[in-house]
Amino acid sequence: MSKVSVQVLCESDIAEASRQARLKSKALGFARVQRYYLATAASELASNLFIHSGGGVLEMDEMTDRPGIALISSDNGPGIADVEQALEDGYSTVGGLGCGLPGVKRLMDEFIIESQVGIGTVVKAYKWL
Amino acid sequence: MKIPILRLGRILLSSIQIDLTDTDALQFQNDLVCKIAETEALGVAIDITSLDVVDSFMARVINDTASMARLLGAEVVICGIQPYVAMTLVEMGRDLIGADCAFNLDQGLKILNARISTRGDTALNWGDDDATNRTV
Repeated sequence: MSKVSVQVLCESDIAEASRQARLKSKALGFARVQRYYLATAASELASNLFIHSGGGVLEMDEMTDRPGIALISSDNGPGIADVEQALEDGYSTVGGLGCGLPGVKRLMDEFIIESQVGIGTVVKAYKWL
Repeated sequence: MKIPILRLGRILLSSIQIDLTDTDALQFQNDLVCKIAETEALGVAIDITSLDVVDSFMARVINDTASMARLLGAEVVICGIQPYVAMTLVEMGRDLIGADCAFNLDQGLKILNARISTRGDTALNWGDDDATNRTV
């Protein structure tokens, strides 16, 4: 199954990313509740790309070694100075609820974030079937 | 995209039927809060039955809108959160939606009417004469 890649440059791309995640997870055979989790996680990641990074790419790919889906968001934005802090509940730099990234972490099974200030951020989040 | 806000006596009804962009969500918040002040609505029901994705931003807008409405003096009920949306919201983090909720619009209106009638400050309708003719 092909990889789905959504360029997030404007607000309407957030809804598109979420829609694609729903379609992809349905095609892969995820249960309904998991599809809602994935659609919401994709929406959070795409929102972050739009709000914090000035755009980026959200990729959704089928995993082969173990059945599942990967959501990979990458950008060349400002990066996150304190990743630990960004993953804390209630921490937000823009007056949000501060549960975007920690929310994604809880919705997904595995969550890896790599960020370098001035270079960008890559978030890899996996959900297993 | 403008979300219609309907008036029923001194209650405002609004149904969000499509996934809103962040800008649309804030526009809706602005429209609704202004309409509450303008009409001095005593109750507001926000129906989100059709929403499949409520991310943290949308949850915040819903919460904030409910708080703003309460500050003005209106009672608020969020109606029709889908079961899978409820599971997702709780999985994401606690207290994402702090406002009062109801299964559907019908139950939401009953809750609002009951609560308004116990406030004892104002009648549910503007008056018997023109309650149905008045336009917002």
